[in-house]
Amino acid sequence: MLLAVLSVFAAAAVAPLVVRLSRKAAGWILATVPLGAFVFFIRQAGHVTHDGPLRESTPWFPAYDLPLTFYLDGLSLLFALLVTGIGTLIVVYAGGYLKHSDELGRFYVQLLSFMGAMLGLVLADNAIVFFIFFELTSLTSYLLIGFYHNEEDSRQAARKALVVTGAGGLALMAGLILLYQVTGTWEFSEMLAMGDTVVQSPLYVGIFILVCAGAFTKSAQFPFHFWLPAAMAGPTPVSAYLHSATMVKAGVFILARMHPVLGGTELWTTTLVAFGGFTMLMTAWLALRYTDLKQILAYTTTMVLGLLTMLLGVGTEEAIAAMVTFTLVHALYKGALFMLAGNIDHETGTRDLKELGGLRSAMPITMIGGLAAALSMSGIPPFFGFIGKEITYEAALHAGGWSTLILGASVLANAALVASGLLVGLKPFIGEIKGAFTREPHEAPLSMYLGPCVLGGLGLAIGLYPAFVDHSLLQSAQAGILQEPHELHLALWHGVNPALIASLITFAIGFAIYYGWERLQKSAVMGGFGRALGDAPGDGFERLLYELGRSSHTITRAFQTGQFRRYLLLIFTGTIVMVGGALLFEANLSWPSELGEVRYYEAALAGLVVLSALAAVRANDRFVAILALSIGGYSVALLYLLFGAPDLAMTQFSVETLTLILLVIVLIHLPNIDGYEPITSRVRDAVVAVGVGAIVTTVAFAALSFPLDRSVSEFMMQNSYTEAQGSNIVNVILVDFRGLDTMGEIIVLTMAALGVFVLMRMRRIRLPEILGTRLHSDDEPIRVDGDGETVPAGAEAGGAADQNGAEVHPDEPAGAEEAAPDDQSTS
Amino acid sequence: MIRSLILQIATRLLVPILLLFSIFMLLRGHNLPGGGFVGGLVAASAFVLYSLAVGVDGARRVLRLAPRTLLGTGLACSVGAGILSLATGASFLQSLWVKVPLPGLSDPLKLGSTLIFDIGVMFVVVGTVLLMVFSVEDRVPGLIDD
Repeated sequence: MLLAVLSVFAAAAVAPLVVRLSRKAAGWILATVPLGAFVFFIRQAGHVTHDGPLRESTPWFPAYDLPLTFYLDGLSLLFALLVTGIGTLIVVYAGGYLKHSDELGRFYVQLLSFMGAMLGLVLADNAIVFFIFFELTSLTSYLLIGFYHNEEDSRQAARKALVVTGAGGLALMAGLILLYQVTGTWEFSEMLAMGDTVVQSPLYVGIFILVCAGAFTKSAQFPFHFWLPAAMAGPTPVSAYLHSATMVKAGVFILARMHPVLGGTELWTTTLVAFGGFTMLMTAWLALRYTDLKQILAYTTTMVLGLLTMLLGVGTEEAIAAMVTFTLVHALYKGALFMLAGNIDHETGTRDLKELGGLRSAMPITMIGGLAAALSMSGIPPFFGFIGKEITYEAALHAGGWSTLILGASVLANAALVASGLLVGLKPFIGEIKGAFTREPHEAPLSMYLGPCVLGGLGLAIGLYPAFVDHSLLQSAQAGILQEPHELHLALWHGVNPALIASLITFAIGFAIYYGWERLQKSAVMGGFGRALGDAPGDGFERLLYELGRSSHTITRAFQTGQFRRYLLLIFTGTIVMVGGALLFEANLSWPSELGEVRYYEAALAGLVVLSALAAVRANDRFVAILALSIGGYSVALLYLLFGAPDLAMTQFSVETLTLILLVIVLIHLPNIDGYEPITSRVRDAVVAVGVGAIVTTVAFAALSFPLDRSVSEFMMQNSYTEAQGSNIVNVILVDFRGLDTMGEIIVLTMAALGVFVLMRMRRIRLPEILGTRLHSDDEPIRVDGDGETVPAGAEAGGAADQNGAEVHPDEPAGAEEAAPDDQSTS
Repeated sequence: MIRSLILQIATRLLVPILLLFSIFMLLRGHNLPGGGFVGGLVAASAFVLYSLAVGVDGARRVLRLAPRTLLGTGLACSVGAGILSLATGASFLQSLWVKVPLPGLSDPLKLGSTLIFDIGVMFVVVGTVLLMVFSVEDRVPGLIDD
């Protein structure tokens, strides 16, 4: 199993190379990898159904007791087959769909990475391994939704999906950690038998809520349903694969996995039935509001996810049988229909139902595959969808106290599904050709009709011969969820019973909707319903993100004024308050017992430092001030030399020189200092300056009054030659003993240099770009560059002092900063 | 700014000496004051001096590599030294030493992976200083003109 997962990731790694070698055949070549994995899992099926689950463990992080464990039971087998089987078709399909894209290689890297992550997710036994793959699916999904990264809609949709599923992922992680605390194991396979312990634990409610948060966000349950339709901004193969057949089912999967552990309680049933049922009913009808094929399919996907969640909540033997059956039914038809939508879009240039019609002669093969899938979606016998619907109704009828409500909601939702299925799979092909297509409609290539035809055909074949899957695959999947074996028998014809009657009612309503759809779609009720439940949550979410960004911007601006002098003032005042406070309250200060004798040249250098500082303060020319400061710097370097630190002295000399040059390059462009600042700010600066000086002096004395701990330097001295072959301890520490620190430092240096580089290149920034939203795109563009007289704020500080590179001034021109009120010297 | 003939001539003489000196600093650093950091600063000063004398574009031409490339190369050297240790089974950044006996000298030449690391540090320092100076100069042109 490990090999199967790794091979998919390996395929992701070589994908760009394969695409470069052969654009046309890349999809077919790469598809052999998931196909191989699919065959592998098929071969395991007999073993899993007869001999029980397989478990496999490979050491991974022994230090953290984290092995790569995989667990293949009926449930993970079903999902693994879906991931690899549909994955194979999607890889082939994408080769045709993105044939002309320059970025096919990148696409395959992301798609196959996702596939590997998804496969790992469904197979993982260890909760941490599961979580890592879970997050990886969120991340790859983000990249794939945002594949057309030049388009703002794509970026926004991708961010929406990432924030929602990422936040849910964090909740899930917390839930899994709590689960570990209760059960004492990270392995799902061991947790499965501990349901009673968990349910009785005081942490149960917390675990349940957190796991639900993870599952509901991932599987787009109300109120998080809005990200999934938005995710349709991604390329169609992505929608077909991630956002219908596989990834969005990860939430349902974790609920199914957790069913033996967390399920069976009142809380479980009520929550899942309520949220799942509401999502199902609401999104089934929301789908009818759209004319875009992909939007319709997206909403019907959330409808099915709601249905699956609801069935898991009901949790009876029949409900779980219905859940696994519908998972397969849905994956088959929805994958096919998305590909159909992609074909239509690809070959005609539109996927709007208002413009589509009469494509039957242009795209006959796509139509056959798509129609088969659509009929399965509508639950029309003898397709597999009919069986799925019947068994759902059967489960609803025996759902205990909720049964009437559940049955009613299911019938209404399925009726909408009948209509949606016909709208997507039938309507584009019948009638007359309506609008002028931007492209001459023609049949898609083999790679693109293969998927719909195989999946649509499977829907028909399984419908006619359900014994193909019921005893083997579905029964063991059901056993995996319930942890006890049950007979699962599917059949097309059950005789005349309540479920069949419910089906007939469903068809009646469904066909009625289909014929009245155009009026319904435009009606005011539908509009209001759509705005309230379809658009509002998504808009609210965007609003929330925007407000978050704006308020953090406001807070940042309050501290990061962009004025270097203000920063220094804050930093120095902070130093005085904190270090001074610590000295006052914590340290027991005493006059050092012995101070070394002061030699005359030491005193002379110290005097020079003081004099240069005074000269810098009194200078009325920037150039003179800088030179005076440099004299101070060089004098300090000489002091280092006198006190036996030649390395430090050399470094100080070089840095001083280079800083001086940098400052001169910049300062020569600033106007001269004419006159002094107002007395208030001078007094304030003087107080801060004297305060810092006093603190530093006190700290120096305080350091002297403590006995020096030499154990570290002794160690360095003793071992520097024997261990590190060097007699210059400073250098040995830098490159050997503390080499990792040095590496960190040079990385910081690199970032600082790049920061300066970017700062110097920056011309203008827009506020909305920083906040990543377009809500206020009418803001004025911001000038950061000056006009000869002004200098970017970063440059004022000089290179050395400005190394944090964090000063981004989104909404104030640098010129304004220069002319800020307390800097009256500049004009 | 007026070009100074004296500065230009002096620079031509000084730059090679400074560069040699920087390598000297780098190599002797393990036993005597010096090392990659100071060596890098000296080498950077040489190029800054050159840019002051003949202009930034001239300095860029002489440098041949973009400062950003130097940064990347330097980081790669440092990380590479660490990975080299990993590859031999030691832990990350643990120093490795080879002793090469030289004819005519009693002491063998000791070569360590720390030297590669220190060369990396030197490159990063040169790259950092030059990237800062060059980009500031690009943005605020006029002082060092060609």
